[in-house]
This record gives sequence, C-alpha cells and structure tokens, in this order.
Amino acid sequence: MGPVLRIRRDHVDAIVAHARRDHPDEACGVIAGPDDGSDTPERYIPMVNAARSPTFYEFDSGDLLKLYREMAANDETPVVIYHSHTATEAYPSRTDIKFASEPFAHYVLVSTREDDVADFRSYRIVEGEVTEEPVQVVGDAGAESPAIRLNPDLAPVESYMFANTGGDDVPDA
Amino acid sequence: MAVTVSIPTILRTHTGGEKSVEAAGKTVAQVIDDIESRHGGLKDRLVKDEKLHRFVNVYVNDEDVRFAGGLEAEVTDGDTVTILPAVAGGMR
Repeated sequence: MGPVLRIRRDHVDAIVAHARRDHPDEACGVIAGPDDGSDTPERYIPMVNAARSPTFYEFDSGDLLKLYREMAANDETPVVIYHSHTATEAYPSRTDIKFASEPFAHYVLVSTREDDVADFRSYRIVEGEVTEEPVQVVGDAGAESPAIRLNPDLAPVESYMFANTGGDDVPDA
Repeated sequence: MAVTVSIPTILRTHTGGEKSVEAAGKTVAQVIDDIESRHGGLKDRLVKDEKLHRFVNVYVNDEDVRFAGGLEAEVTDGDTVTILPAVAGGMR
C-alpha cells in the first residue's frame, strides 16, 4: 500500500475547529507521535501563527524551539504538520513547498474558503516534490464534528480494521 | 572550546545522519565554519551573503541569534547550538 495518512477523527475535528477559529488568518500546528516509525499522530499541539496573516503562517521562533525540545525529550516526531488556506484550495502553495523541511511528515492542508465544509487533504513534500496521499479518518464523527471533504479523486483506503474497533480479536496491523 | 550543535532531520545528510555534532568556535559563524570543514555542504543551507537564511532559526541555548548578533552571536564552551528550519508557508 502506498503512503496514507491515518488520523483520528478527534484530531481532524481539532484541526478544522482551529482553522475556523482563526479564519481569515491561517492557522497552524502539529500532531506529534512516537519517533519509532509507527507513523501515528498522537499528541495534538496547536501553534500560534506568529505572522497572524491570511496569506502566511510561521511558528513563533521561541515556540518552535520549545516544541522541538519537547518532542526530543519525548522521543516524538512531527507526524502531522498542518495549516489552513483561507481563500484558496487545500493544495500546497509554492511557499509551502519551498519551506517544507520535514520529509517524513504528513503536510495537512485545510481550506476554510467555504463556510459549511472544510477541505482536508494530506501531502508528502520531499525536496520540492509534492505527492498527495489518501486520508483515512479513524473513528466516527460526533455530533459536534465539523463537516469535512476529503479528496474525492483519491481512492478510498480499506478501512475494515478500523471500522471494527470494538473487537480485540481484530489485529491492528 | 566545544559546543554541541543540534542538527535538524533535513540537514542530517550533511552530518552522516548524526543528530548532533561537536564543534569549536567563539561565534556562531565560527561554529558553522568548523562544521563545514568536516561536513561539506551544511554552510550553504544556513548562510547566504554572510547572513543567516531568513527561514533558518539558530539558537544559542534558549536564545534565537537573530536577536543576539546573528552570525556574530557569541558561544562559549558547553553551549548548545540548535538549528531549526522555520515551520512556515501559506497561500502567499
């Protein structure tokens, strides 16, 4: 199977809520996970957009240092790095590609240009090359979950094992 | 004089995969030159026209050197120098 982002529904909800809250400025943050190759986003960390801009985001320099020290102390890696586009599509801009510096991260783009539904997409950005990947949302939407739209052009990922979270007899991998 | 320099993932190709390296120097510029003498290619990723790239953050201990003299920021024995690419982007 090719690359895919598996992400919990509560994390998706938190990212979209953050993007809506900061709209029309861009919102940004990270979901850290164990640095063991498991590629599992676990710890949601919203960041301040130091640029406070509708067209640009940048983690505050001091916050960035603190974040990376915390992750190093916890043996974590930035599994997901997210930000929002507030007037354009959820696709990496030239600026996003130029500054992307975590080749193992899933770069999540959320678009809040529509009021009622947020586009939610994920990319790998490695040495200037962008590859979109399917997003597999784990867990069901709650009553408060915001509406999201995944890329309809990407084939849905087999989700059998995640749809059956009730049984311990279903292996995780 | 030895300082510990923390290398971000994307630049570890220049340090043989090492997460941190030891280096000598009295300023950030000297530390970078010292690393460059053993790990060619790193300096170009950090410095242009004798200045740090706008979107590379360098810290001496807890302080972003952008506010402490840039490449001329002083380092002393036992300091930790941390290099972190900015996490930035956007529609613009």
